[in-house]
Amino acid sequence: MKPAPFSYHAPVSLDEAIRILADVAPRDGRVLAGGQSLVPTMAFRMARPAHLVDINGIVELDRLTIEDETIRIGACVRHAAFHRDDVPGPTGRLLRDVVRYIAHYPIRVRGTFCGSVANADPASEWCCVTAALGGKITARSGAGTRTIAASEFFQSVMTTDLRDDELVTDVALPLLPEGTRCGFAEFSRRVGDFGIAMLLATYRIEDGLIADPRVGLGGAEATPRRLAEVENVLVGREPVPETFAQCADVAAEVVAPLEDNNNTIAYRCGLVHTLTRRALEQAR
Amino acid sequence: MTDKCDIVLDINGQQYRVTIEPRRTLADVIRDDCGQTGTHLGCEHGVCGACTVLLDGDPVRSCLMFAVQAQGRKIRTVEGLTRGTDLHPLQRAFIAHHGLQCGFCTPGFLMLAAGMLERNPDISDDALVDVLSSNLCRCTGYENIIKAVRAAAAEMRSAR
Repeated sequence: MKPAPFSYHAPVSLDEAIRILADVAPRDGRVLAGGQSLVPTMAFRMARPAHLVDINGIVELDRLTIEDETIRIGACVRHAAFHRDDVPGPTGRLLRDVVRYIAHYPIRVRGTFCGSVANADPASEWCCVTAALGGKITARSGAGTRTIAASEFFQSVMTTDLRDDELVTDVALPLLPEGTRCGFAEFSRRVGDFGIAMLLATYRIEDGLIADPRVGLGGAEATPRRLAEVENVLVGREPVPETFAQCADVAAEVVAPLEDNNNTIAYRCGLVHTLTRRALEQAR
Repeated sequence: MTDKCDIVLDINGQQYRVTIEPRRTLADVIRDDCGQTGTHLGCEHGVCGACTVLLDGDPVRSCLMFAVQAQGRKIRTVEGLTRGTDLHPLQRAFIAHHGLQCGFCTPGFLMLAAGMLERNPDISDDALVDVLSSNLCRCTGYENIIKAVRAAAAEMRSAR
């Protein structure tokens, strides 16, 4: 239960971090952000990185900025930041709602939004949010900076498009227009446990009908994604229980769930059915 | 750089100079190198909350960060709750409401609750229960722990 030895690097600027990462990444170097997933994995010795590049001292990464209808979440912004009302409008309300599902408060004090996205655990709430809202991940290395769409970023369970020498510097989310309604529903066995399935729904109402719907699924499959089939059902329909019931049927049909010792495919399909309806009704 | 490093930790206002490997967790260094054994280690992977300490006033799992990361931060452990010989309102409430049985989880619960109540004694009852769900008590004494923290919250509100 004690982490194996590693070399510790504590850069104080982004440039310095990128330089160190370029040097140590080929020799099993990893980035240490909040550490709330990495450190326990190291305690179990399932991860034994030879080098850790600790980015917590890089002030320029601890920024949450809002410009051009986009929220840019720097790599050192903690989950707990989303308890505050820094982010305006429907997106702010959505993030304040979702953050309550992430582990427990002391974990949220240390863990970071970007670390969660880079870790790409299927049960990550922020990965679900990033996929559902069409977030963009900015990654930097010695070779330059690139922006990766969420749909390209998440590749499999804890597997992303990131290269070893790339550091996620921020994740950008769109600021949803005023009037957008949002709902988020998750099921876990106990408060703070990993979510077994989660659904995020946003839409606007135009002339009494649903417009611009987004439905994101997390926790159930290997990667989070938007459910286009469900969104297609919603467009131009009235926000009534019958519409949502049909969406739930479609969601349960198109989901290809992970199976584990505690959760059969049928069980997860059932959860997706229930949670789809709950998220859509909550948004109403 | 796997070499040991010299760091200074500020625990309850006292400076501790220690020479440690970077892989040592804050919890281990608080206990083994600084001798402050009030902080307990249960699961050592962030699940039980027994090792909760305050880092610049916020509750964190001290098993989930490395001691080298805590340089320059103010660490508060259960030893830092009393003022002289006066027990903290939370400590008195835990005694009055029988909020501890074997006592192993108690330091973690006290620091978790202290971190929340000192920032916001007006925290709602639901939010309080949600926060307390972070830590485990294997004696399952949750009802009395919740009673004790509620009583301490009331006392801390009226003392303002």
